[in-house]
Amino acid sequence: MKLHATINGRKRVLEIQPGDVLLDTLRDHDFISVRRGCDSTSCGVCTILVEGKPVPSCTYLSARAEGKTITTVEGVQDHAARLAGFFGGEGADQCGFCNPGIALSVYALSNEAPDADEDTIRHYLTGHLCRCTGYHSQVQAVKKYLEGLK
Amino acid sequence: MKIQNFHKASSLADAYERLERSSDAAIIGGGAWMKFSSRTLEEAIDLSGLGLDAIDERDGVVAIGSMTPLRDIETSDVLKRIFNGILPHAAAQIVGVGLRNIATIGGSVVGKYGFSDLLGPLLCMDARLEFFKEGEVSLAEFLERKGRTDDILVSVNIPSKAGCGYFKKVRKTALDFAVLNITITKTDGQTRIALGSRPARAVLAMDAMAVLNGSVDNDETTIEKAAEKAAEAVRFGDNHRASEAYRKHLAYVYVRRGLFMLEEGRT
Repeated sequence: MKLHATINGRKRVLEIQPGDVLLDTLRDHDFISVRRGCDSTSCGVCTILVEGKPVPSCTYLSARAEGKTITTVEGVQDHAARLAGFFGGEGADQCGFCNPGIALSVYALSNEAPDADEDTIRHYLTGHLCRCTGYHSQVQAVKKYLEGLK
Repeated sequence: MKIQNFHKASSLADAYERLERSSDAAIIGGGAWMKFSSRTLEEAIDLSGLGLDAIDERDGVVAIGSMTPLRDIETSDVLKRIFNGILPHAAAQIVGVGLRNIATIGGSVVGKYGFSDLLGPLLCMDARLEFFKEGEVSLAEFLERKGRTDDILVSVNIPSKAGCGYFKKVRKTALDFAVLNITITKTDGQTRIALGSRPARAVLAMDAMAVLNGSVDNDETTIEKAAEKAAEAVRFGDNHRASEAYRKHLAYVYVRRGLFMLEEGRT
């Protein structure tokens, strides 16, 4: 079957199987910023945006994305680069494996709640596991990033 | 789960007709837990184009469409207003925003999952389920039925009564399923208590409720007795998260605490 979707602003038609999930579909088409982690909706690493909302791509059926807009980090490079600066400044980065998923959730948060306080940031990022940083530095980086957007 | 064919339903009648055609066809809710299933589906039927994702309040009832994502429940101002917002409060503690953007209330209810944090609050709020063929049935009755339903859940309906509520999820880590979840509501002088993730699915603690609802005044002695009944009369079990004895103890502690908090207006 065919999937018609707008991926990172470009209309695409992709060949998919009925049980495929977006994680595999996107990686098979070279959107390799989408990472495979737990593969069971628990770690946040595979997060992408569908219609602007963060979702775990490991569990999102590709067929269900018919006609929708999909965003990966490849589609928000400016945002990701700016956020990376704040992550570097706060020491919120080590192996970087969780960064693409977090970057997309922060992008969604900046649209949904640009005035998010620290509690809101923490709540919004719950579900993104990071084994390097202990989270505090990431939250501080996101806080500064959001302040910088004002 | 393996899926051999994907069908986006054009109407509820279309979905029902496809569902009836094969015992290996099923409605896909949000799909959040499908990786936990080893089932092979001849056909996955998708309801996402049918507008079943709204929360509407009319004639004293809040109707939550079966395809409403948990994130919409978490952020709903309508649901935050009833029973101290226990349903949004419970939803907000389920994994992360991403999962809650796909997991649906219909999937949580029809799946009758033992780990569900929503069944307890829904039982305590006396939710009723609107099915496409059968019409309305109480959630409590639906949960007692064995096996899978061959009907389609259209909405979860909650009476929007004035009342207060308490919800507690006891868990080991932020993203884990509950070791036990405890819900208490009080409305029109009637108290309801539900215990979920026992690890079996949520049930009403009928004996404990009888103690409270048969008493003129929910004083300290009555609350103590009700908490003891909740721990004694509800069946708990062991799994890798906790023992039966620990769950029993938690039930006593949190039912007691929740009842005191409701009596003192501290929720």
